[in-house]
Amino acid sequence: MWEAIRSNRRRSWWLIAIMGVLLVCLGTAIGLVVAYPHGGLPGAGIALLVWLVLWLIAVSQGENILLSLAKARRIERADAPQLWNVVEEMTIASGLKSMPKVYIIDDNAPNAFAVGRRPERAALAVTAGLLKRLNRDELQGVIAHEIGHIHNLDVRFMTIASVMVGSIVLIADGFLRALWYGGGGRRSRSSSRGGGYAQLIILGVAVLLAILAPLCAQLLYFACSRRREYLADASAARFTRYPPGLAAALEKISRRAGQTKSTNRAVAPLYVVNPLQAKAKFNLFSTHPPTEQRVRILRSMGGRAGYADYEAAYREVHGGKRGCIGAATLESGDSVAARAATPEPAAKQQAVERAREVTDLLDRIANLILIPCLCGVRIKVPPNLKRDTVACPRCGRAHAVPRVEAATAKPGQAPRAMRYARKGGGWESFKCSCGHGIQLSPAFSAPYLDCPKCRCRIEIVGSGSSS
Amino acid sequence: MALLIALAVGLGMIVLLALWFFAIYNGLVRLRQEVKNSWAQIDVQLKRRHDLIPNLVETVKGYAGHEKTTLEEVVKARAAAVSAQGVDARGAAERGLSGALGRLMLIVEQYPDLKANQNFLALQEELTSTENKIGFSRQYYNDSVMQYNTRIQVVPANVVAGMCQFRSETFFEIEDQAERAVPQVKF
Repeated sequence: MWEAIRSNRRRSWWLIAIMGVLLVCLGTAIGLVVAYPHGGLPGAGIALLVWLVLWLIAVSQGENILLSLAKARRIERADAPQLWNVVEEMTIASGLKSMPKVYIIDDNAPNAFAVGRRPERAALAVTAGLLKRLNRDELQGVIAHEIGHIHNLDVRFMTIASVMVGSIVLIADGFLRALWYGGGGRRSRSSSRGGGYAQLIILGVAVLLAILAPLCAQLLYFACSRRREYLADASAARFTRYPPGLAAALEKISRRAGQTKSTNRAVAPLYVVNPLQAKAKFNLFSTHPPTEQRVRILRSMGGRAGYADYEAAYREVHGGKRGCIGAATLESGDSVAARAATPEPAAKQQAVERAREVTDLLDRIANLILIPCLCGVRIKVPPNLKRDTVACPRCGRAHAVPRVEAATAKPGQAPRAMRYARKGGGWESFKCSCGHGIQLSPAFSAPYLDCPKCRCRIEIVGSGSSS
Repeated sequence: MALLIALAVGLGMIVLLALWFFAIYNGLVRLRQEVKNSWAQIDVQLKRRHDLIPNLVETVKGYAGHEKTTLEEVVKARAAAVSAQGVDARGAAERGLSGALGRLMLIVEQYPDLKANQNFLALQEELTSTENKIGFSRQYYNDSVMQYNTRIQVVPANVVAGMCQFRSETFFEIEDQAERAVPQVKF
């Protein structure tokens, strides 16, 4: 079953190889431009030398540089017993031979990242805000994601890839600059030596390569980065056997990730949610897949937690045949059941319920309209709101604002009544009579909801533990 | 000459076959070692739980001393679990201990003072984490067993496994999911 990851890894190495070929081609082309016709081999050699130097720097200092850039400080068990325990749990679940070092970043925005090219020397850092805001299951999900990166050797791979991209960018940039400032003279000199057309073509090819190679390399790098995020999510689901934990954590983190103070472009791709692109929609230069999509995949796993289950959910959400982990996974059929949520401390739950009752009462006095959202949030709308739709502040779904007059004015269009009986307290999914898939969160406690597609009302029976 | 070539080819094939055999054999040994290691990890966590229990019982006694039967049950279940031998017997004993602990935690719900005790809260976090670690190490153990058992059954590794006496390992089940869920109290 761990072989499942191997196909993904193989594909990653192909991408690295393509980058390597790009680097060598670029070096050769530039070498030929500088010294026709014998500069090709030395040019490629110099390109590889640049790569080697950057690689040595990254290997010797990488981890420490990253941790100090993020202003992380190392902790022991006594500093944060729960965090320590959760890291220990996930180390056991993943079968890593040694527990990674644990660091805390004094930052109020919740986020986390892992570094370390070798699993034995890995470290993971979480922000203080993460510890404050997440419950045990959510924290476990995030730590499992980070341990997943370590387990899948992502950090090593991304270091190699980023060094490759770095050297391609460096060489191409240097060449274009040299051409811009001193190019004219050199070209006339070399053409007087009698290179002819061939030389002109090579110059064209070199310029084209110098412009396109960095772009290609970066696109490949970001594509790899996104794929590995999905893989780490799948690993997290498998390690914890509880995908909703990570999903809830991702939601919490993405809402506040933009506020991380001590980020820096070098560290950003490492975080569980990219702090610099938390709000951005997907584009080819994103280091992470859109959080919304990651959450949807995790929530669509339907009570299962294996790699094959993640793959199936990925295909369902993306509506395509291409998976994210690799064909071997589906064949091996790695499918395991998820576990139930860890109960919150009873005192905390009671306090939340009491507070909710009080605010409900106040809302009713103020005549607020309550719209239950599928994600569990109850949106409160003032009665005199002029707009027709409101967006859920948590998941962004649009809801029609119910009008009291409108509902009574059209009795002929009474929607088909539907009932759904809740099975338990966890995440549940069912289909509306129109065929639209609906997911209920454990926090959903309203007596009804409107199908987002056909607008028919579905009565929810047995929701909420307080009723 | 032809004979020499045939001999060389034959010899080469034998060497290749031997290398292939060793590769499979080493792979099997590695998997079996992984199973053993993960079993040791379960052992460590079960011991840790045994070590936590006397402390827990003492703390609960201070607040709920008259819940004698439940406390004694926990102590007895612990003693049984400590002395149990073999995978199946241990599984059964640990299941008993988990049940007794679950009942103790139910009773604890009725003592607000106890639930506010810092010492108890720290113990509870340790106990939760230890239970989780038992679960996760069992999960990893079962994963390794499954991988190992599958490996020794499929062609061609099954030939090597049969020749060198690699036997399938047993899964470790403490309890099923329904029992594992902590009982909810409703008023």
